[in-house]
Amino acid sequence: MKYGIILVVIGFFVLAQARGLFFTPPDQLMGEVQRLMYIHVPAAWNAFIAFFITFVGSIGYLWRKTPVWDRLAASSAEVGVVLTAMTVCLGAIWGRPTWGVWWTWDARLTTTAILLFLYLGFLAIRAFIDDRRTRARVSAPIGILIFLNVPIVYFSVKWWRTLHQVQSSPSTMDLGMVTSLRLNALALLAVLVTFLYWRMRLERRRQEREEQLAMPPAIADSTGGGR
Amino acid sequence: MKSRRTKWIGVIVAIAVILGGLSYLLFGQLESNLVYFVTPGELLAKGALAYERPVRLGGMVKKGTIQRENGTAGVEFVLSDGTQEIAVTSQVAPPQMFQEEMGVVVEGRLSSNQRFTADRIMVKHSNEYHPPKEGEKPAIIYKELLK
Repeated sequence: MKYGIILVVIGFFVLAQARGLFFTPPDQLMGEVQRLMYIHVPAAWNAFIAFFITFVGSIGYLWRKTPVWDRLAASSAEVGVVLTAMTVCLGAIWGRPTWGVWWTWDARLTTTAILLFLYLGFLAIRAFIDDRRTRARVSAPIGILIFLNVPIVYFSVKWWRTLHQVQSSPSTMDLGMVTSLRLNALALLAVLVTFLYWRMRLERRRQEREEQLAMPPAIADSTGGGR
Repeated sequence: MKSRRTKWIGVIVAIAVILGGLSYLLFGQLESNLVYFVTPGELLAKGALAYERPVRLGGMVKKGTIQRENGTAGVEFVLSDGTQEIAVTSQVAPPQMFQEEMGVVVEGRLSSNQRFTADRIMVKHSNEYHPPKEGEKPAIIYKELLK
């Protein structure tokens, strides 16, 4: 049943991509290259969502002090890092033929790079701390603090002069393109939720294993664990 | 418990890096550092102070001003911000999307004869996306890069 849902998510994603690639007109100026939008933009949006979930999970941990919130924050940060890396790489591939450069240090690109490194730092700190409770206690305030950069990334194109264009809206885009973009955003959201679910499951098992290993051998043996 | 202490130093350094990055972002002179490009009007207003200094200049390619130099990749055009304009010369080829009435950002220097020499031209695409009109073919902008 659980695997059935994975198939549904993959199917949705493939169909949404197919619509963007084959059943949506190309852009007049950029041609086929513009189709990169249907993965670059959804990846960016969903990275924001993933980091928001990390923010919520961090607050939840400080409030309830239960490990499930910590697992939520950590798992979502990992998914967010993958999505941000995708956004940056696909953006570079899009930038080369349209702007003429792979990368430039404008406000949007710089703040996005900072975003990637902030969350890599968050994951690095967690990897440094062995004790589960200490790890959660230290990383929760960081998960709240670094979320500040997400609105900065979003508004960077409005606040400062950048090479990156400002956000498009349905009024600046063809209707078919808008539909494809939204469909792909939803599909990637489904992928995000699926990743998050499986990553949290894995993390719960890992923590259970850690607890078992942390126990003295005598107790571990009596609970059926052991090394 | 040396390893434990080393780990905590690692944690503290990592937190310091994050806090440092954030405070730079929030309290640093972001405003002045993040002026990605100046407009022709702003650059000309600096007068002689702007001559021969590396700068990014942004604006629109004025209609009907593009001149391709025969036999070379270079191009000449007039960059305008709507009120003031600067003539730009480039030895390097512009991106394929470069055309009149397109937003561009150029990197280079202004010389004392008021001409701007660019060593890089970047196209600033707008946030508009539209399919080709009836009978039009969409542009192919990546073929040149694959040669």
